[in-house]
Amino acid sequence: MSAPNKSYDPVEVEALKPEEIERMRDAALAAIAAAGDLDALAHVKTAHTGGASPLALANREIGALPPQAKAEAGKRVGQARGAVNKALAGRQAELEAERDARVLVEEAVDVTLPHDRRPAGARHPLTTLSERIEDIFVAMGYEVAEGPEVESEWFNFDALNISVDNPVRSEQDTFFVQGADGTEDSGVVLRTHTSGVQIRSLLDREPPVYVIAPGRVYRSDELDATHTPVFMQVELLAVDEGLTMADLKGTLDHMVVSLFGEGMKTRLRPNHFPFTEPSAEMDMVCYVCRGDSVGNPDRPCRTCSSEGWIELGGCGMVNPKVLVACGVDPRKYSGFAFGFGIERMLMFRHSVEDMRDIVEGDVRFTLPFGMEI
Amino acid sequence: MRAPLSWLREYVELPAGETGRDVQAKLISAGLEVETVEQLGAGLKGPLVVGKVLTIEELEGFKKPIRFCTVDVGDANGTGEPQEIVCGARNFAVGDKVVVVLPGAVLPGDFQIAARKTYGKTSHGMICSGEELGMGDDGSHGIIVLPPEHEAGTDAIELLELVDEVLDIAVTPDRGYALSLRGVAREAAIAYGVSLRDPALIDVPAPNAFGYPVKVADPVGCDRFTARTVTGLDPEARSPIWLQRRLQKVGMRPISLAVDITNYVMFELGQPLHAYDRSRLDGPIGVRRALPGEKLTTLDDVERTLDPEDLVITDNSGAIGLAGVMGGANTEIAAPATDPETGAVSGTTEIVIEAAHFAPVAIARAARRHKLASEASKRFERGSDPLATSAAAQRAVDLLTGLAGGTADAGVTEVVSPSAPRTVSMAADHPDRVAGTEYGRETVVRRLQEIGCDVYGSDELIVTVPSWRPDLAFPNDLAEEVIRLEGYETLPSTLPRPPAGRGLTASQRLRRRVGRALAGAGYVEAPSYPFVGAEVFDHFGLDADDPRRRTVIVANPLSDTEPGLRTTLLPGLLATLRRNLGRGAHDLALFETGLVFRPTGDETVPPRLPVDRRPTDEEIARLQEALPGQPRRVGVVLSGARERAGWWGAGAPATWADAVEAGRTVAREAGVELIVRQDQHAPYHPGRCAALYAVVDGAETLVGNAGELHPRVTKALGLPERTCAMELDLDQVERAGGARPTGPRVSTFPVATQDVALVVDTAVPAADVERALREGAGELLESLRLFDIFTGEQIGEGRKSLAYALRFRAPDRTLTADETTAAREAAVAAAHASTGAVLRGA
Repeated sequence: MSAPNKSYDPVEVEALKPEEIERMRDAALAAIAAAGDLDALAHVKTAHTGGASPLALANREIGALPPQAKAEAGKRVGQARGAVNKALAGRQAELEAERDARVLVEEAVDVTLPHDRRPAGARHPLTTLSERIEDIFVAMGYEVAEGPEVESEWFNFDALNISVDNPVRSEQDTFFVQGADGTEDSGVVLRTHTSGVQIRSLLDREPPVYVIAPGRVYRSDELDATHTPVFMQVELLAVDEGLTMADLKGTLDHMVVSLFGEGMKTRLRPNHFPFTEPSAEMDMVCYVCRGDSVGNPDRPCRTCSSEGWIELGGCGMVNPKVLVACGVDPRKYSGFAFGFGIERMLMFRHSVEDMRDIVEGDVRFTLPFGMEI
Repeated sequence: MRAPLSWLREYVELPAGETGRDVQAKLISAGLEVETVEQLGAGLKGPLVVGKVLTIEELEGFKKPIRFCTVDVGDANGTGEPQEIVCGARNFAVGDKVVVVLPGAVLPGDFQIAARKTYGKTSHGMICSGEELGMGDDGSHGIIVLPPEHEAGTDAIELLELVDEVLDIAVTPDRGYALSLRGVAREAAIAYGVSLRDPALIDVPAPNAFGYPVKVADPVGCDRFTARTVTGLDPEARSPIWLQRRLQKVGMRPISLAVDITNYVMFELGQPLHAYDRSRLDGPIGVRRALPGEKLTTLDDVERTLDPEDLVITDNSGAIGLAGVMGGANTEIAAPATDPETGAVSGTTEIVIEAAHFAPVAIARAARRHKLASEASKRFERGSDPLATSAAAQRAVDLLTGLAGGTADAGVTEVVSPSAPRTVSMAADHPDRVAGTEYGRETVVRRLQEIGCDVYGSDELIVTVPSWRPDLAFPNDLAEEVIRLEGYETLPSTLPRPPAGRGLTASQRLRRRVGRALAGAGYVEAPSYPFVGAEVFDHFGLDADDPRRRTVIVANPLSDTEPGLRTTLLPGLLATLRRNLGRGAHDLALFETGLVFRPTGDETVPPRLPVDRRPTDEEIARLQEALPGQPRRVGVVLSGARERAGWWGAGAPATWADAVEAGRTVAREAGVELIVRQDQHAPYHPGRCAALYAVVDGAETLVGNAGELHPRVTKALGLPERTCAMELDLDQVERAGGARPTGPRVSTFPVATQDVALVVDTAVPAADVERALREGAGELLESLRLFDIFTGEQIGEGRKSLAYALRFRAPDRTLTADETTAAREAAVAAAHASTGAVLRGA
């Protein structure tokens, strides 16, 4: 840059003639418009806006003008440079867009290609269905209680009012653990239900007790389409002051609505279990036909065999004898309990037709169930 | 319990036109589980008539004997002429009365009857067997031969009561009274609100001293014994059709008149009876416990060695029956036998009827001990009606005299241990409080009276329960009766208000996270049965004294080859892996979380604790000591590709490293950093086995293993080579974790990166080098990562080069080059000191 012109020439500087500035500007604009690619544009930029470009040189000359001419010349040059820069930026954007369009087309891939490099895993639906049920009750304030699968007979039978001579005890197809002397009389069994966990819960806690006990249980049935010797059960126990069968009914209703949706309800039918009195069998409305198949041969329902109801499991008011065995005063406290098999619920909730598919661990069965159910 | 509707109607006036299904619905809502309603004679259409066999011509030349018969069917064929019928049965003779189905009729199973040519003759109909008519087994294995008194041409559909409905009821163990028509009728009467005609309400003569002598030595086991005698019975007398039909409908096979009558009365009243041939009894009947080693041959011709706890019926000769379960062969009613010379029929002509009440527990134990569940034991062990014995004996006497021409002996024996009626006291509003609704005292009292109770009192009810309901002993039992009769469907639906909960436990949350993490890493959950045999441990190559061989043994396993419970998850997981491979799967990664069972060897037999109080803490501890250890494990197995090959490039096989990483994945969820060490542990490859440690309660503890399976193991198990596995004790991992992470302070000063390549002996574990580097580098080290391993000539035989990237950063300043270099050199020096590592090229 030249130093300020102190002894300026009063003669008008050639370069700053208006027509000369216009010519420089037009030449620059023409070159910009003519630039065919970004490289060419870069050259044009250097040539027409760089330090040695005519406009830059002209700008430098302004300093040499007499003060009265400076303003006008400055304005003229500034406008020309502004127009050139604007055209340059515009062309730059245009050329970049052109390039991008071309390159990105070249980079295009087939996004429909599969990418099963590491296929996903899955959790077993028995686990996730059990968790789903647990969550319903946990949300109500229940605890999830657990206990051993190899259990003493006192917890599995006696404390539940199933005495040695109770026919129920021999009807439960119990697996007995062999004692040290090789006999069945070890007093230990593979638990036939998770009810032992209820007893443990009552011994561990002061009432009120609200627990749900999911877990594996064992009955000596052969595996077939509807039976399995090892299955999952969920049992519930509530012991508090003033609990009633109506509370049991409401709790069951809440569960089936949570699991199957609005409009679902349950039905109780009298039955007998040693650990509950009164006892009931619990059914739920068939969630597929909602009862529409009953007496309607045109619309048969496979899920409920057109009965309109699906049998869920057993329930009732905790037999006061059970409370006594756990040291809970039956005059002060009452309770309700229920239990059902998760396999069965999985079968009708997800239209599983064969128990063997649930227990055999074939990944083709499990994968579609994903992480939650 | 099968209850024919026609029989039920004898005691309950059901509305006309009420179908079996209607009754079923009513009984179900009252708590009797009517499982099915069998429609007898459904689709049956006549003409089906009594015929008299006029002639029999034996047809020759066929593979089996065939008869061409003419049968008088009265006017049923429209002509009155004999009906020509071909028949393959042989159990009839000229003059016998048979059942004939004529052309145009339809038998059960849509069996259309028409005249047809067969065996060279035209058969105009058929002579019927019980089976063809859907009557059930009559024991004849041939066609039905009717008693002679029925006229030819009589409608046999009505005569044989072929059309009926039978309710099949699953009776729960508490309601033994419902194992009788009397009991079912009582429920039906209540359900329909009509009165019951109780078949047990009959006149019985007072006991006297000249009945058949009975001595009850065990009044606890037998508190009531009625004996009646009938003499002069016609041994030829047969059970009439109605009696046979009723027995067939309830599922019993008619045998002989005397036996049929005892069965009939049992189904009618629920009181099992036994009939003795008096001529075969030797002296007084006794009831006592069996003697040690005493033997008895029961009616099923099995000689049984009795247990001193068994209750037996005796005479002077010894045991003649297993009380309440099954009679003995030696006093059995004789089947009628015809003397071939005189034609005279001999058989039992004098019968002693036993109607007793036995202690349910005694009968249940005996039936279980001898694996002999009979119709009688089923009723006694559920509790029969002690007050029904005399009525039941009287019914049998009436039937015997009426049907077999006998005479009732005037002697009536009744041995009775006095007992008071049982009462239960209950607050009048107790059913309301149990149900959560308001019935009111009046309803409660009415319902209890309906089931046979006597009720006194106002606020506090004194309820005398009926003799046939031994199950009613507590207020809740009575509440259930009221609630079920009022209908469970009328219960309101309310929700209790539990105290605020704390959600899942840490352990439960961990288990869910582990499941999700493994599934996210590509593993599929596969819970397996826990049953194992010794063979798999042989395949695993476990030492004879390996603790994993010590299993809990199931006394009654499903499979004799797998009597044990798993001590490790691997057998089940590997079996599932093999099943999937067998079904064509290739690249598999499975996991399971579950309990394993590890006997301590110190298990004791748990005490038989009472149930009338809370067990003491010490007693609970003793129950606990009876149980094996049951730790929760998580395991994985892998085979095939971990990463598949594809258009993106090569794949990667599942390796020991994936198995170890699965362990880290699990541990990470628990907030635990595993310490990995080289190990040799069956069933793993001795060079490719990692021991997994964690710091549990301050001590480094072995929590699992991972690696590639031993080639011998994969071969023995039929698995692909290089199958990998991992198993961790989740309980231990959980104990090792749980520390709350402290939020790190994130430095915004620049990072300084330094790479080092260290040469060590091949045998030096990388983990040791890494640990030394970390210790040596000090606090400025932000992270360290092994990014390459190199072996080759330049390094030298038996050596390897490990390349690490070290990142240094200070929390409060930009590090100078000197600081970074010093830290790096300190790290290398520490590695040198503990592993002999030298800088590559140094």
